[in-house]
Amino acid sequence: MTGVVTDAQIVDAESTPPQRSASEAAKDALSSRTASIVALVIAVIWTIPTFGLLVSSFRPEEDVKTSGWWTIFTNPSFTLQNYKDVLSGGSSQESLYNNLINSIVITIPAVLIPISLATLAAYAFAWMDFKGKYVLFIAVFALQIVPIQVTLVPLLKLYVDPPFNLMPLAGRDAPAGGLYELWISHTIFALPLAIFLLHNFMREIPGELIESARVDGAGHVQIFTRIMLPLMMPAIAAFGIFQFLWVWNDLLVALVFSSPEVSPMTVKLVSLVGERGQDWQLLASGAFVSLIIPLIVFLSLQRYFVRGLLAGSVKG
Amino acid sequence: MRSRNTRRWAAAAAALTGAGLALAGCASSDSGGGGSASGTWPGEGKSECKGLEQLADFGDLTGKTVSVYTSILPPEQQAQEDSYKLFTTCTGAEVKYEGSDQFETQLVVRVKAGNAPDIAYIPQPGLLKTVVSSGSAVEAPSQVSDNVDKWFGEDWRNYGTVDGKLYAAPLGASVKSFVWFSPKMFADNGWTVPETWDDMLSLTDDIAAKGIKPWCAGFESGDATGWPGTDWLEDAVLRSAGPDVYDQWVNHDIPFNDSAIETSLDDVGKILKDDKYVNGGFGDVNSIATTAFQDGGLPILKGDCAMYRMASFYAAQWPEGTDVSQGGDVFAFYLPTMSDEFGKPVLGGGEFVTAFSDRQEVQAFQTYLSTDVWANEKAKATPGGGWVSANKGLDINNLKSPIDKLSAETLQDPNAVFRFDGSDQMPSAVGAGSFWKEMTAWITGESTDQALTNVENSWPAS
Repeated sequence: MTGVVTDAQIVDAESTPPQRSASEAAKDALSSRTASIVALVIAVIWTIPTFGLLVSSFRPEEDVKTSGWWTIFTNPSFTLQNYKDVLSGGSSQESLYNNLINSIVITIPAVLIPISLATLAAYAFAWMDFKGKYVLFIAVFALQIVPIQVTLVPLLKLYVDPPFNLMPLAGRDAPAGGLYELWISHTIFALPLAIFLLHNFMREIPGELIESARVDGAGHVQIFTRIMLPLMMPAIAAFGIFQFLWVWNDLLVALVFSSPEVSPMTVKLVSLVGERGQDWQLLASGAFVSLIIPLIVFLSLQRYFVRGLLAGSVKG
Repeated sequence: MRSRNTRRWAAAAAALTGAGLALAGCASSDSGGGGSASGTWPGEGKSECKGLEQLADFGDLTGKTVSVYTSILPPEQQAQEDSYKLFTTCTGAEVKYEGSDQFETQLVVRVKAGNAPDIAYIPQPGLLKTVVSSGSAVEAPSQVSDNVDKWFGEDWRNYGTVDGKLYAAPLGASVKSFVWFSPKMFADNGWTVPETWDDMLSLTDDIAAKGIKPWCAGFESGDATGWPGTDWLEDAVLRSAGPDVYDQWVNHDIPFNDSAIETSLDDVGKILKDDKYVNGGFGDVNSIATTAFQDGGLPILKGDCAMYRMASFYAAQWPEGTDVSQGGDVFAFYLPTMSDEFGKPVLGGGEFVTAFSDRQEVQAFQTYLSTDVWANEKAKATPGGGWVSANKGLDINNLKSPIDKLSAETLQDPNAVFRFDGSDQMPSAVGAGSFWKEMTAWITGESTDQALTNVENSWPAS
């Protein structure tokens, strides 16, 4: 890549006036016709399975089970029955509505809690001096390596039988049907990455800014709320989408910690297929139903996503 | 500086302790546990509670709940819940139902973490053993034991027993020794349902001579691909070597690749590994490995294949509007025996009601599920069919669908020798691992000897 850019810059220097910026040069070099065609082909190939899924979601049960979605071109037949079945809960006759609400109730705190904790922690790691800071930061960073699967049983054990005679959060009399477990678990699993990402972003903010604020008499709280938070909004939003998608799509944590009263959409969609997979034609339409809300969230926050992620992870 | 830091720490510690105390105050002191019955049971004098007098032992359970965790999902879930209404009427206790398709793994997680449900319907004797050995399962009360003696065969009792103690009474059952066929197609061609294995082989030849592939099969089932093959082999072992050898084989008292097992797998191979006989509607022998078991029998409807060996629960896979009955579009016959020596071996599956608490309402519910009253109640609550029990008190006339009636008749046949699906009893490294994989490899070309030897080598040492 560097080679290409350099070549382009050399060409720049010879033929065009010097006011052309490097980014324009890069754009020229990258937007060749071949590159566009290659990108287009990759995009099409990449999208075909999703397109097939979309087609399948509108095909009648018999067709789905006996032939592939591509036969739709020679033998078109469409139905909305799959969507009706999914929305009415398939053969269970319980509508998806409750699970949709559950998903929202689970997801929103499971996004807000880790973000608030992580921004505070990231600020401390980035701009406060205390003993053992680096050891602690490396420990947090290292926690990302722990796969969540190994934590499930010990964590559930702690919820059922917490130390110091604290209130049990799981089991027969779980408060709020186990919502606390889900929120806390998602927070635990999200924090290492959140702290790491936000910390990297905060380190990039010029130290002079903070020093001048100090000279003006601002304390940590004021620096955090008046300077850091506004500057960090893109990064926070980016991580917010990240965490939102992760929690919304999560099945494993929900299976382990949720009870039937608070089970999210993912758990319900899996059970729609039926005990022996006899209703698997519902999977395609189920996938699109569960996709709607994340899609809305993603599209409305998309501009932060690209900006924020780059800002957090790439230095300089 | 030092003193300031110390003060801060002290303040933080105090705050934490305070929070801890506040939370501890919220901790509930309800410890559950046995306790004795109190009050008279609400079923006293009610006519619908006749036959459930055993529940009187548990007293008034109004306001209590029993949580049930199972792998049984909709639409069957609805029928299950409907059949518990009588329990609520007669005892006052409510049942909280939770089904999950990840039951087998999630149950182990919950039990290990101490978050076990009150009752779990365990579909595998092997899993029951694992759960009991973890120490959290509770022995069945005497009422359940009496009911099992009264209503179920010795073989069923054994599958719910671990180390000589009865832990779990059987709930539902399924019959796996069935061959699905089209009665209309058979009648049109003058074929008859075979009575012996040899008849079945000659019928296979007759059908093949007509240019129709006699058999279809499908081993594909996601991460459990290969299990339909294990059922084929188990059925063949039961028929050629008999139930005693079968038990020894399942318990690994004889090696997995014993010569008797090899003979049986070759018997299966004579049907499934012959391109003349399979795979109707899908292709050659190799297509068996990639055909989903849910779709495997569907070519019967189009006349592309004649027979499909699959359990009774395959009834749910036929498209809506298919007439499943004697003389209808599809029906099943009992996979015939090879000789009269071993009676009528029936391969099947079922669930076992395992309790993790000895509270009164939990024991009452266990007792209720082991009665003939519940079995009949459940049969009436299942309008679509698809459920049977091995309970001898089950009145076959209460079953709605013809295939359920056939299943119940097969199970209640005095000559029937029931054997539980072997792969569900073997250690999971084999029963849910190498056995499936090697059957898939076998159907795609591996030799009988090699496949069985590979499974034998994978058997866990202890």
